[in-house]
Amino acid sequence: MSLSAKDKATVKTFWAKISSSGEAIGTDALSRMLAVYPQTKTYFSHWKDLSPGSAPVVKHGATVMAGVGDAVAKIDDLTSGLLSLSELHAFTLRVDPSNFKILSHNILVVLAIMFPTDFTPEVHVAMDKFLAAVARALSEKYR
Amino acid sequence: MVKWTEEERRIVRGVWEKVDIDEIGAELWARALIVYPWIERYFGSFGDIFTTTAILNNPKLAALGKVVLSALDTAVKNIDNFKAMYASLSRQHYEKIKVDPDNFRLLAECITITIACKLRAELSPQVQATWQKFLSAVVEAMSSQYKLKKKKKKKSRPDQTWRKFSIE
Repeated sequence: MSLSAKDKATVKTFWAKISSSGEAIGTDALSRMLAVYPQTKTYFSHWKDLSPGSAPVVKHGATVMAGVGDAVAKIDDLTSGLLSLSELHAFTLRVDPSNFKILSHNILVVLAIMFPTDFTPEVHVAMDKFLAAVARALSEKYR
Repeated sequence: MVKWTEEERRIVRGVWEKVDIDEIGAELWARALIVYPWIERYFGSFGDIFTTTAILNNPKLAALGKVVLSALDTAVKNIDNFKAMYASLSRQHYEKIKVDPDNFRLLAECITITIACKLRAELSPQVQATWQKFLSAVVEAMSSQYKLKKKKKKKSRPDQTWRKFSIE
């Protein structure tokens, strides 16, 4: 299920529309992930406050979406483009890769909420494929 | 069976009240069939289901959307014991329609995203969490009969084989 030329074009066009809301998207997606899938909280025991919209959630949401924006720019070769991020997740953070799917789902929910008319089924499938490709690239160095 | 607080029941009903079965029924299939096109395998007799426009104008899909959402309505109204009510539905999907149960999870995701487009900020993280709990219970109920039927045990009789070999 690799990204077609059409998928890449759809992702880039949609990202251009939404990137200015990147931080808000990241914060909301992360808030939802922690609230709806509480098992994900296990990775953030070092944060004082895990409630939706808290300071560490806002800060980290921005970090995550900056990573997604970087991935859009490197969409033609995600594996080499996200190499150091993959090493970070594999060796330092050691996040179970099943969680990438959970965060991706919540990003899609936020996109549906914030951009209901733009988030058509065609944009939905392109973004779902893109986030899955990003997850694969992040999992590259795991074993 | 899953346990529900009064607050959670209120939230699930609150979300469901805002769902227009006619509107959402068609949109739901548009997302499911476009985002997860392998679902098409179950719709061989439905005609054109290959573009968003075709899907939204397909009367068979609109009818099926209503059926699916009516079943969901049953679950909302019987939130404490719909698992038993769903048993025959689950068996039907397993034995007759032969649907891979992972598709229930995919359809549930599409339902959430379709509802998110409609409810927007009203689908707060807390509301989403309760709604997700409800849909997970529905998916579990739909998957509940995907198992081997228990074979009826033969009543064991005392062993009579010695009669063959006795000297009489």
